[in-house]
Amino acid sequence: MRHIISVLIENEAGALSRVAGLFSARNYNIESLTVAPTEDATLSRMTIVTRGSDAVIEQITKQLNKLIDVAAVMDLSEGEHLERELMLVKVRAEGAARDELKRMADIFRGRILDVSANTYTIELTGTRAKLDSFLQSIARDLILETVRTGASGIGRGERILKL
Amino acid sequence: MELTGAEIAIRCLQEEGVEYLFGYPGGAVLHIYDALFQQEQVKHILVRHEQAAIHAADGYARCSDQVGVALVTSGPGITNAVTGIATAYMDSIPMVVISGQVPSYAIGEDAFQEVDAVGITRPCVKHNFLIKDVKDIAPTIKKAFYLAKSGRPGPVLVDIPKDISNQKTEFSYPKTVSIRAYHPVGKGDSAQIKLAAKLLLEAKRPMIYAGGGVVLSGASAQLTDLVHLLGYPCTNTLMGLGGFPATDKQSVGMPGMHGTYEANMAMQHCDVLIAVGARFDDRVVGNVEHFAQVPRKIIHLDIDPSSIAKRVKVDVPIVGELKPVLDELLAVLRASKRKPDATDLAAWWKQIKEWHDKGGGLRYKNSTEIIKPQYVIETLYKITHGDAFVTSDVGQHQMWAAQYYKFDQPRRWINSGGLGTMGFGLPAAMGVQLKHPDAAVACVTGEGSIQMNIQELSTCKQFHLPIKVLSLNNRYLGMVRQWQQFFHGDRYSESYMDALPNFVKLAEAYGHVGMRIEKPSDVEPALKEAFARKKELVFMDFQTDPKENVFPMVPGGKGLSEVVLSEDL
Ligand SMILES: Cc1ncc(C[n+]2csc(CCOP(=O)(O)OP(=O)(O)O)c2C)c(N)n1
Ligand SMILES: [Mg+2]
Repeated sequence: MRHIISVLIENEAGALSRVAGLFSARNYNIESLTVAPTEDATLSRMTIVTRGSDAVIEQITKQLNKLIDVAAVMDLSEGEHLERELMLVKVRAEGAARDELKRMADIFRGRILDVSANTYTIELTGTRAKLDSFLQSIARDLILETVRTGASGIGRGERILKL
Repeated sequence: MELTGAEIAIRCLQEEGVEYLFGYPGGAVLHIYDALFQQEQVKHILVRHEQAAIHAADGYARCSDQVGVALVTSGPGITNAVTGIATAYMDSIPMVVISGQVPSYAIGEDAFQEVDAVGITRPCVKHNFLIKDVKDIAPTIKKAFYLAKSGRPGPVLVDIPKDISNQKTEFSYPKTVSIRAYHPVGKGDSAQIKLAAKLLLEAKRPMIYAGGGVVLSGASAQLTDLVHLLGYPCTNTLMGLGGFPATDKQSVGMPGMHGTYEANMAMQHCDVLIAVGARFDDRVVGNVEHFAQVPRKIIHLDIDPSSIAKRVKVDVPIVGELKPVLDELLAVLRASKRKPDATDLAAWWKQIKEWHDKGGGLRYKNSTEIIKPQYVIETLYKITHGDAFVTSDVGQHQMWAAQYYKFDQPRRWINSGGLGTMGFGLPAAMGVQLKHPDAAVACVTGEGSIQMNIQELSTCKQFHLPIKVLSLNNRYLGMVRQWQQFFHGDRYSESYMDALPNFVKLAEAYGHVGMRIEKPSDVEPALKEAFARKKELVFMDFQTDPKENVFPMVPGGKGLSEVVLSEDL
């Protein structure tokens, strides 16, 4: 099962490598990991997307909690939550494809950030599935480059992760 | 007054009441050694290899309830220390290691003797720190001691760059410490404890399984009360030996790979199992699928939530310090009107006795021709009246020591259970002997293991440590040979110890007493003589039966009831 886990961690040198090291040392899978400081600059927030059986996910949250720098852990997938990922895609935009790509970007509520004679760079946010389906909707050979942030997640309503 | 970082580091150790600092100097710690030189409170023990410094600090911690402390230099100093740190980590030993680092301005430039100490030790420490400001030294060392000994204990590393150890600042040692994201647990959940009591009292075939957590948390008295109050069988793991007296009639011996038949059968066939500071590791429960075939309710008491439900499903998890949790459990049990069902319990004990009679207990065929290793341990037990501190290395001799020396008290049996580090025994014994200068300290080792840290005989000479080394010399890496005999068609690949030194002369060369014992009839007199030499280290080279194997044995990956009892079966 895919799980999305939020972690509040001391914003200290080496904190990220403690988490990354934990995942590789214990053979846990990381699909994506995002991290940046929060409104409180002494804390960073990570979103980790991982897969595993219930037992493995239970161990992952316990092992994360055991790290001295980790202040709080929440498995967002245990309840209602929102999940967004940002993607930038550079596409070959020439001839007939130029209009078609603009149309696709509109349908997916993307924005064209950069235009050159032969390329567009499109910005898209959404769930992983939405970004995947955008990529599937345009011809493979038109895609020049993609860069994705990995998911960031937050609980809905009163589900709050804060110190 | 302003002090240098180095002076501050030593002052912090003084404030923590550190008696012994085990270490080895080098460029990056020269300022710290200089500060050490100018005081007398913290006594430095100069080892001959950094691995030994860590094991000695570890032995010191295991035989007391204090934090072991070591000091090493950068680069090869810290890499040599890593085996020791990992050993302490696997067995949750409280320890603070201070390492020197190249000057902060040179970090990252592949400077002479630079290694990323924090990176290299990260997976085998409870936590580690790289100091970036001289003002941080005192608060960081305070945190290091607090982290090392609170919660589930473990080693903590403080890496101090050379330039910072020479910068000056005001010194004041913090009185208190708090770490925002770290909250070690205390009491357990009362509702869960009540549930546990209910399950325990309703059990028909109960079993108490106690691990190293009991020893580490000083909860032996509580465990002993629990076992006696209920009248249930108790098994103590390799790390938990002494947590409940081995000579008590409710003790069924050690569980696991080389545990007794009755302990393993009872673990397998009980209907309620209470695990106390134990972690169901692969050397104890063997194959988890096989273990899970028999339905039983499991109560698990542990300080570390991640130890619970890691390998087996648990019905009643209780996270907390063992002492308050056991105290509360005892109170609930004592107040309860329900008592264990005497008929069920009698039937269960009868079953355990049958297992014992069938192939349980521990047995070996003694000989008048050749020294049996088990006999050496039995004799050691006899002449030390079960009262010695026994450290061991890793291999067959370790298992025989665990099986045949009956530990009635905690912190007497000192071995590397988790990492299984050959070379642990002698340096660990140094830490023990320093902590208990007048006690009998025996190091049970093998001719393979002892050679991994034999240079420490020199340290023992320098600091007058009258350790008794019992080398069960079978001319084999015996445990490897045993596995090759059982599982690799008698192909003894590289497990023969050729070109052994003359250990008597070697001991003498280091200034100690050496003895070579070849006949069974000489075992007892030799041990008596050795222990009578109260001021001297005696190295006993016992020529033991090279073909002796450790039984019972649950082969790796097998279930607890799939045990091989002896060669004859
Ligand atoms: C540092 C290290 N290297 C390798 C091993 C693997 N190993 C486990 S037991 C053993 C043999 C130990 O031989 P010896 O010390 O003579 O003890 P014996 O088994 O013969 O009693 C070996 C090589 C280990 N545990 N530790
Ligand atoms: Mg040997």
